[in-house]
Amino acid sequence: MKTDYDVIVVGGGPAGSMTAKHAAKKGARVLMIEKRQEIGASLRCAEGVNKKGLAKAGVPVDKRWVSADIAGAKLVSPGGKVFRIDESQAGAEVGLVLERHLFDKAMAADAARAGAEIWLKTAAVDVIKEGDKVVGVKARREGEPITLTAGCVVAADGFESQVARWAGIDTSLKTGDITTCYQYRMANLKTEPDYCEFIIGSVAPGGYIWVFPKGDDTANVGIGVLASKLKKPGDVKMYLDKWIKKDPRLSCGQPVEAIAGGVSVSPPVEQSVMNGLILVGDSARIIDPITGGGIANGLLAGKFAGEVLGDCVQANDYSEAALMPYDKKWRDAMENRLWRNWMAKEKFLTLSDKTLDGVIDTLSTANVDKMSVHNILIAIKEKHPELVKEFEELI
Amino acid sequence: MIVSIEKCMHCGACVGSCPQNAIYLNEIVLEFNENCNKCGRCVRLCPAGALKMEGKE
Repeated sequence: MKTDYDVIVVGGGPAGSMTAKHAAKKGARVLMIEKRQEIGASLRCAEGVNKKGLAKAGVPVDKRWVSADIAGAKLVSPGGKVFRIDESQAGAEVGLVLERHLFDKAMAADAARAGAEIWLKTAAVDVIKEGDKVVGVKARREGEPITLTAGCVVAADGFESQVARWAGIDTSLKTGDITTCYQYRMANLKTEPDYCEFIIGSVAPGGYIWVFPKGDDTANVGIGVLASKLKKPGDVKMYLDKWIKKDPRLSCGQPVEAIAGGVSVSPPVEQSVMNGLILVGDSARIIDPITGGGIANGLLAGKFAGEVLGDCVQANDYSEAALMPYDKKWRDAMENRLWRNWMAKEKFLTLSDKTLDGVIDTLSTANVDKMSVHNILIAIKEKHPELVKEFEELI
Repeated sequence: MIVSIEKCMHCGACVGSCPQNAIYLNEIVLEFNENCNKCGRCVRLCPAGALKMEGKE
């Protein structure tokens, strides 16, 4: 029986669009559905990404979707110690702060150019299964129920990760592996326009406060707090508002947008494929557990998924075995790093403000010229080996 | 579960965190299905403080 589409991608974020693009490029009949009326909105992201991550996924930088070029990062301890990494002097690959409203649309436009069909205001409500195989999705298109069959369904539904769970893959999270976030885009700030700032410690239990420049005197000012550290509703926003009030560089600003969201800070899923289903991006829990960054990993996983799906279309085989090369590709590319950073997150959770002050203080004397979690862990290993001894072999 | 539509930011943090996969967000409307066992996790973690358990202040 001929299916409606070879591949149906649920979710029009960067991972979904990359999957759609690469599958369509290899000749697959692709439909990407997005429940919202606009791709890239509303925003649920701090928008930071490193250039290397984009390059790895084969996405050339287009200044139309870049808000700010970043010279480096500042890590600020609870007691105000600052560890500054200036990448521009090292000539290293530096970071960007994106304009996700435009970036996501550009990624989707590339999928369209490769031949993928895109439907907006179309929300998946369930998957269709035959035995142990996913064969399509049930959706609502502008409110009207519709049933669509496919060789393979792609779960690109982000943090919600419902498609996988409807199909029978458990992507549920412990509260210690969930960060809830609140962010303002603010204007009239007095922060540095080319440094990303991370403020750690009890001001943001189990997470951090960030200031990511968005050009001129604007920035994304946000917070992530570990769900297991929350006591009452609205705590996340309370912590952020409290910090903004205290920091004179921020308290002079005003918000022009407020957003919220959930971020997984867990190890990656154990199972990313099953017969007729493939998980990409945040839905596969491949966000970096230390930074909460998921764009680069999502793009790369989407690229791998689309390429493997292209092969599956040629062979007309969407079995778990046929999809397994995708599982192997993304694990080879990022699984060790995700586990290492998850272990680092678990360790850092146990550190007091006083210890963090000490760590940041000694780090500022270390020679770290590239802004990456790995390089910071190397420096910590050198200065504070006791903090990383449980996972030193991964550093 | 009571959802304050004035407070809800439609972010889906509750949806992805729900251990029962019992919450559904279609653009702006949050729906709870019969699998909800009132564990209260979503109430605590909602960044907007938009959720309240029925019968509780």
